[in-house]
Amino acid sequence: MARLMPTLAATDHLPADWRDLFALTKPRVMTLVVFTGLAGLLAAPGHMNPVLAFTAVLCIALGAGGAAALNMWYEADLDAQMRRTESRPLPAGRLNRQTALHFAVGLSATSVVLMDLAANHLAALILAFSIFFYAVIYTVWLKRRTPQNIVIGGAAGAFPPLIGWVAATGQIELLPTLLFLLIFLWTPPHFWSLSLFVRSDYAKAGVPMLPVVAGIANTRQQVFIYSLPMAAAAIAPWPLGLTGAVYGLVATALTGVFLLLAAAVLVSRTTEPAEMRAEKRLFAFSIVYLFALFGAVAADRWFPL
Amino acid sequence: MTDPRSDDEIVRSRQRSGARATAILLVLFVILVFAITIAKLTVNR
Repeated sequence: MARLMPTLAATDHLPADWRDLFALTKPRVMTLVVFTGLAGLLAAPGHMNPVLAFTAVLCIALGAGGAAALNMWYEADLDAQMRRTESRPLPAGRLNRQTALHFAVGLSATSVVLMDLAANHLAALILAFSIFFYAVIYTVWLKRRTPQNIVIGGAAGAFPPLIGWVAATGQIELLPTLLFLLIFLWTPPHFWSLSLFVRSDYAKAGVPMLPVVAGIANTRQQVFIYSLPMAAAAIAPWPLGLTGAVYGLVATALTGVFLLLAAAVLVSRTTEPAEMRAEKRLFAFSIVYLFALFGAVAADRWFPL
Repeated sequence: MTDPRSDDEIVRSRQRSGARATAILLVLFVILVFAITIAKLTVNR
């Protein structure tokens, strides 16, 4: 906090720069959210008017941006203590806290109202709940209290495909539920592999991430353990007849690679972050994996074998 | 690297770009709501 105050005093009286407001929405994370939401919408049966489909995806993006901005507004003190996040607009003092809060609430409310207007009540309700879940349940309640923060908080990032599907059909069905489960179970191995090699940052900020609280070996075991039900959720839509061979083959092959990389993390013994190649490989692959699986689920519906 | 302009100039330039961005977003919002209304009418016909 001591580092935060002088910089804050220097520039936070200036009107906001749009680039700083844009950075509040975590645009890189939003890419994955938009992609999975779009995939959920495209995988749904039936045909949705292109304008309404575009608006639904836009609302998912705005909602994710609003939730991310609420997260950054609440965590400015925490972000100031970690190298990875200290240059964000609020801890760096480029943006006024009140402006950030107004922007976050405005974006969140607009996304829900527009979703209700363009799609249906259920999609708007799930979108509102996902914003509440990320901003309040995860950010305010869980993140600083329990090492299980990632497990439960992972649900927040799992909503977009469900919202996309519900926007198109108005109903919750088994396939989008499995896609929700896939992201929910994917989040712990994805995030814990990252937190293994940036654990000193979390320790410094006092965030009870699993590697900080339970140790490196235990985290590696948990990464592998969570990868198993994730693999089941990823492959299940094919044998259950919910998707065709396009998705089935892609999911089976890539899940096999994911499990191999998770096994490499399990047997890794290094404790030096710079040498944690297995963890970095799994983290990088996990992003490609999710993009590929959601690309495949949409491709399977439009270009079946 | 410090900005050579005075605080007043920076404030005015940011206010101008903020007003421009708000105007563009409002116009886009109105167009979007109009397009949604037309699309809904088409779907419900």
